[in-house]
Amino acid sequence: MSSSRGGNGCGGEGERQIHVLAVDDSSVDRAMIARILRSSKYRVTTVDSGKKALELLGLEPDVNMIITDYWMPEMTGYELLKRVKESSELREIPVVIMSSENVPNRINRCLAEGAEDFLLKPVRPSDVSRLCSRIR
Amino acid sequence: MALHISSAPPISAFHHLLCFFFHDTYPEMEYASSLQRQLASMKKNLFDQGYLDEQFYQLEELQDESSPNFVEEVVTLFFRDSSRLVANIDQALQKYPQDFRRLDNFMHQLKGSASSIGAAKMKNECTSFREFCNKENREGCLRSFQKVKKEHAVLKQKLENYFQLLRQDGPVDKATRSGN
Repeated sequence: MSSSRGGNGCGGEGERQIHVLAVDDSSVDRAMIARILRSSKYRVTTVDSGKKALELLGLEPDVNMIITDYWMPEMTGYELLKRVKESSELREIPVVIMSSENVPNRINRCLAEGAEDFLLKPVRPSDVSRLCSRIR
Repeated sequence: MALHISSAPPISAFHHLLCFFFHDTYPEMEYASSLQRQLASMKKNLFDQGYLDEQFYQLEELQDESSPNFVEEVVTLFFRDSSRLVANIDQALQKYPQDFRRLDNFMHQLKGSASSIGAAKMKNECTSFREFCNKENREGCLRSFQKVKKEHAVLKQKLENYFQLLRQDGPVDKATRSGN
């Protein structure tokens, strides 16, 4: 069983490197998504809550994509998505939602609110590859 | 070298003969191969007995020169979080009246992490627990939780043994071991 280890380099390099903000309250899942993204050469910043994500977004305007867990305490990924899309500074940033549960209503609601994509956990490198063409 | 008679197929007798033959000439090779055999066998058991599923291979695929201890790091993170969650659930189960929503939240987190590392048996027990939770069946939750705790403890021990053995393994090409 062999598959490509090194991702596909979609994240780019140097000044053109894509910066992804990954939001997940689970330390295991943060480690996983960060590794998957980094192996495709993305620059990754991880935070463990929607609140921290918004704080960081307020400070650092160089985030090119947000990937967030849906189900988090205090602020869900959906709520974070809404806040991003309601903000004139942030609304252009593509937001991808991840969830361990395949709930069609939830997926539709997120897409309707402007989510770029919805990934089922556990997330695979192939899921991230699929985002490549969308966010460039 | 002790001849290990087990339920191994006949080819192993020939293999033992070969190992014996090589022992004096290439002692390091013989040692490395025995360790690797042990590791392979351990890993096979973990999968055959359903402790781990395919997701564990995904973890191994993500490990490389830039992240050489990724699998062990993630597994360590998992047991740190899961131990905390198990303790929280233990406490929450002792409260009256039972807050099933809170219990379910904890278990949702535990199930999610278990699923991320490929801890199949644990994941299944978590699912059972959540079913009892949804029906607000306290007895069911208590029984189910005993199973969750047991699977958690067993997996922890088995993976600790596995990683301990893995660390003893010298700088051999690890690519040959993952995912086969």
